[in-house]
Amino acid sequence: MQCDTFDIAIIGAGVVGCAMARRFTLDGARVVVIEKALDVLEGASKGNSAILHTGFDAPPGSLEQACIAAGYKEYLEIAQEMSLPILKSGALVLAWSSDQMAQLPKLIEKAHTNGVTNVANLSREEILRREPNLSPALIGGFEVPGEYLIDPWGTAHAYVLQAIANGATLMRNAEVLDGDFEGTSWSLKTTQGDVRANHVINCTGLYGDIVDERLIGSKKFTITPRKGQFVVFDKPASKLVSSIVLPVPTKTTKGVVICRTIFGNLLVGPTAEDQDSRTDASTSRGALLDLHAKGVKMVPELSQYEVTTAYAGLRPAAEFSDYQIKHDSERRYVTVGGIRSTGLSSSLGIAQHVSELLQNSGTQFRAVSSPVIPTPERLSEYHERDWQCPGGESIICHCELVTKREIERVLDGPMPPATLAGLKRRTRVTMGRCQGFYCTGGLAALTEGRLVRPMGSRNGS
Amino acid sequence: MAVNIISESSCRVAIVGGGTSGLALAAELKRLNVGSVVVLEREPISGGIPRHCGHYPFGIHEYRRLMKGPEYARKNSDVATKLRAIIRTGTTVTALRPGGTLEITTHAGRELLHADRVVLCTGVRESSRAQRFIGGDRPYGVISTGALQSMAYLQNIRPFRNPVIFGSELVSFSAIQTCSHVGIKPIALVEEEDRVRVRSLLSPYLIAKRVPLHTGIRHPKIVGRETVEALEFTDKNGDHRRIETDGIIISGRFRPEAALLRASHLDVDSGTGGPVVDQTGRCSDPAYFATGNILRPAETSAFCWQEGVDTAARVANDLQAPSPHTPKVVSVSHDDPAIRFVVPQRIDTSLPPYGMAHFYLGLAEEVRGVLEARSDGILIWEKSIRSRPVRRLQFSLSEIVKPPAADDITFTLRRLG
Repeated sequence: MQCDTFDIAIIGAGVVGCAMARRFTLDGARVVVIEKALDVLEGASKGNSAILHTGFDAPPGSLEQACIAAGYKEYLEIAQEMSLPILKSGALVLAWSSDQMAQLPKLIEKAHTNGVTNVANLSREEILRREPNLSPALIGGFEVPGEYLIDPWGTAHAYVLQAIANGATLMRNAEVLDGDFEGTSWSLKTTQGDVRANHVINCTGLYGDIVDERLIGSKKFTITPRKGQFVVFDKPASKLVSSIVLPVPTKTTKGVVICRTIFGNLLVGPTAEDQDSRTDASTSRGALLDLHAKGVKMVPELSQYEVTTAYAGLRPAAEFSDYQIKHDSERRYVTVGGIRSTGLSSSLGIAQHVSELLQNSGTQFRAVSSPVIPTPERLSEYHERDWQCPGGESIICHCELVTKREIERVLDGPMPPATLAGLKRRTRVTMGRCQGFYCTGGLAALTEGRLVRPMGSRNGS
Repeated sequence: MAVNIISESSCRVAIVGGGTSGLALAAELKRLNVGSVVVLEREPISGGIPRHCGHYPFGIHEYRRLMKGPEYARKNSDVATKLRAIIRTGTTVTALRPGGTLEITTHAGRELLHADRVVLCTGVRESSRAQRFIGGDRPYGVISTGALQSMAYLQNIRPFRNPVIFGSELVSFSAIQTCSHVGIKPIALVEEEDRVRVRSLLSPYLIAKRVPLHTGIRHPKIVGRETVEALEFTDKNGDHRRIETDGIIISGRFRPEAALLRASHLDVDSGTGGPVVDQTGRCSDPAYFATGNILRPAETSAFCWQEGVDTAARVANDLQAPSPHTPKVVSVSHDDPAIRFVVPQRIDTSLPPYGMAHFYLGLAEEVRGVLEARSDGILIWEKSIRSRPVRRLQFSLSEIVKPPAADDITFTLRRLG
């Protein structure tokens, strides 16, 4: 595709790859991002709980904890100038049994060790005073005031769009098939042609071990995807709970969370199901009904509210408890693997860490002096939306109040979606309670000829 | 959030939703000379769901003429317009405020509309796959009948070639007819219940159309990475089945389009999913009324049209009422899991007798037994019923609510065999 040599080739455009692209572009590197799928965020980053975590419960001293802390800090620093929506809802970690209650002191101590010093014990009465819709069956808990709700897709889009605006190249529908390190640079063979780069950073999430084998002939970890299913309740349910309600975490998962989303819904999930498949993000009726029941058990009033949608995400868990970030300075190759469920919170921190790894091995760039900051779509229900501003033409999606202007802007933008799924993540169109009942026809006409995978074909054509 | 309001206006009656009931209501209100009537329709063209039902039969009851949906929708709009009701299309109501003030958004910006009375006519939509807990992958090509119709009839766009239809209600026929219109051939119809929901009509139709029917399916699972590849399920013999298909039409299980209502100050009935109303259609805020399918899922166009017409007289009466009256309210409830809802949910016995003539009941399951109305635990009315869930069940209101009325009426069931 390109005959000249990039400084950095990032393989994989999930949230980690997008943050990496931004970091190195701002550092001054010439960056190419190579994504196998038709669009960014098609893998593990597609489905998560959309929370910016403090990392209060991460293993102290771990790389994961360091990356979350650094990522969290940078996120809050850049959120305003990059127009990233954030909502400081705070979290409550709740114990529903005496066993869980017994865990609380250790967890608070861990939070303090991790530098999250404002974590504090709360009485049952205080919790119920703050969150009167929680079931009185809860026994106790503590608060983590610094947890935020964020836009899981808009965030990653903003990272990669800033990279593009400052000179990075994004290749989509380009799978890396093979590659050779030729003494000073890499030659990567992709389905869209060859790419030459001085350094390669493997950010392929669910495929991290496979891409390592393909490029460096060995792997240091094996990905065992862990599926998490979620149920999304309709917007009126969001008034039931204001905090992020976390259970006492176990070894394998943080457990079932109830929280608002930045889009104004209420989320219940995830499940934690280990599986071999790296592609199977299917939901199952049994699991969804179970999540629904768990939600109702914690917030009884939830039984009166309708479900909007359900989804599943795959976490790229490896056999190690910590992140697997390995730099082979000889071969100018970095693997970023085992980013389990905290990638959204830690991605900026991971990018900083990898940037430092390269700098420490003598790779220097000249930082962009005044980087361009693109304006992302404003999809937060808790901030001003496009429809609230004059001249939105008309509202196409009535449930999510998405304007024609927003859809046109995204379709004509620097990273147009290839599929309806991509358009949904960029605008929220059809993501509301009717799930396309009202607007699908108009949307099919509006997007005609503008998506790689069209919504339909003309009858007679 | 009252930012960027560019203008304010007022009217006598504002109607939220320009579908069948809203337009019939608007026309009749104008005939009754109530003053200014404004219909607020969020789509670019008024008419509602019949706009994309490009098939018969519409209009026989209303206009003594057999029409297809789009013609019927136009007729309803034309009649209301001719009578000088103002139909504002491309106009989205974003919030209901107490006392009859609406927050509105158009292409020009945001405004407020103050109405003496507001009538909610926002209709129904089908339940989505998630609302029915249908598991599996989430590929493109899983759509409701409504979405299919809007693609097929309004845009002549075909999302798939050989879909499976999920559900067996009246609208499932519509789905088949819509498919034929754009050259789509459904390859199966599946229903989770043991029998089709509208048995007498659908089964022969399916045979005629050569669409295989699978009832009593369990564990439905949609398969497909990018687009739909198959529907898997356990059939009624317990065998695992896989139907190769490129689309799934999720049909029926209507529910009121009540998002505005739920976000508002008005009381919602968990049974219908619509507003709590009295026999005149009045909501918990006396400035608000509701009519048509938002009252309960889901009736035919003809039924909703008539509801719109009937509601006009009630709203007109209310506008002329000399002073605020003191309501005497009988609350109506139900306490059997087989009864999904009862409309109206309250009776105001202080009002003159111009309200709904019937209680409208919805069932959650097939019922054989005696339906009882009790007041203070005392049996005041009974009737034996034998009905499936989607059938229309109406019972004379004046036979059940007789003076001197009690404070509450509860419907219960005494099952037979």
